[in-house]
Amino acid sequence: MSIFTKAFWLQLSSPKVFYPIADKSIPWLLTATVLLLLVGLYYAFIVAPVDYQQGNSYRIMFIHVPAAWMGMWIYVVMCIYAIIGLIWNTRLSNMMAAALAPTGALFTFLALWTGALWGKPTWGAYWVWDARLTSFLILLFLYFGFMSLRAAIDDPRRAARASALLAMVGIVNIPIIYFSVKWWNTLHQGASITLDKAPTMAASMFTAMMIMAAAFLTYTFAVAFMRIRNEILEKEKNSAWVNEIVGPEK
Amino acid sequence: MKQRHKRLAAIIGGLSALAVITALLLNAFNSNMVFFFSPSDVVAKKAPQSGSFRLGGLVGEGSLVREDDGLTVHFDVTDNAETINVTYKGILPDLFREGQGVVTQGSFDSVGNFVASEVLAKHDETYMPPEVAEALEKAEQAAKKVDNGGAI
Repeated sequence: MSIFTKAFWLQLSSPKVFYPIADKSIPWLLTATVLLLLVGLYYAFIVAPVDYQQGNSYRIMFIHVPAAWMGMWIYVVMCIYAIIGLIWNTRLSNMMAAALAPTGALFTFLALWTGALWGKPTWGAYWVWDARLTSFLILLFLYFGFMSLRAAIDDPRRAARASALLAMVGIVNIPIIYFSVKWWNTLHQGASITLDKAPTMAASMFTAMMIMAAAFLTYTFAVAFMRIRNEILEKEKNSAWVNEIVGPEK
Repeated sequence: MKQRHKRLAAIIGGLSALAVITALLLNAFNSNMVFFFSPSDVVAKKAPQSGSFRLGGLVGEGSLVREDDGLTVHFDVTDNAETINVTYKGILPDLFREGQGVVTQGSFDSVGNFVASEVLAKHDETYMPPEVAEALEKAEQAAKKVDNGGAI
């Protein structure tokens, strides 16, 4: 089937079609993650030079910034899947939203944690209540809310609907996080990498950061597909094609 | 109108309403969202008149004075328009330098001196190797010399 037809894209929303795609891509994604991490960490610790102000401590940004990007990006993707599930009642999009949430929460926590470790030697404080840090902490709580709301409601369709609404309301926080350093004066510095101007960092630092971001991206898809694979088998356990893969339920 | 079109319309309507509410809320809270006040804000009496608040700006070049006890320091915080002298007793963060950004928490004492209880260093979003920073500084000084030459 040609990839230019609507039917090709629609069939991807069927768990039966998506299962083998997820299943086959996981080892590739995991391999890519390991390779990208090795190259990225080599660039981050060996190739990239020391900073003229901060010396070596700035290197934590090679984890901090990609983790923060992923925390925000995963939230947007999760929200889009949740809205699609809300409108068209597609099972797979609800599963995808649920599968992405733990990884988004993990990266958000990682960004907050590495930020604290970076803040102490540079700013002189682990934590301050400025607009950027506070809105990012709210992002972590939104992930927790999304996951616990889903877990708290037994009926899967009602759980999906309630958590999708929460994700939608929480989406306003994403532009607030992004623009907080522009709208208000904060202790947190502005963005070094933006779409409208050249990055304000050395080229090798930029390369290191992009490779780390790519590694986090492939990791995200790998673990989301692993979760969704289990979820599909669980939900479709009474169908013939699942029985063919795992054998009939005992 | 199909059921899913209704849901789509409801979601778009809900999200737009949410965006407007958030914009209004943020606008209303605007003055409480600032992390620090600049010296100009303080002079214009936009900062709290009594009690503790955060004062932020650049550390004035050549303004850092250390007292003999080794802990008490005096320095200027400036936004290149207004300048306020700050007294602080404690350990300064590693990135504290003249000409660098700083955020101090404190209040004015009875004599009108700003006494800080906490000093945080602020850094910008520029990262580069020391050699590049040196080269940039040299180029800047060379440009200044040319300017002065022209003025004479």
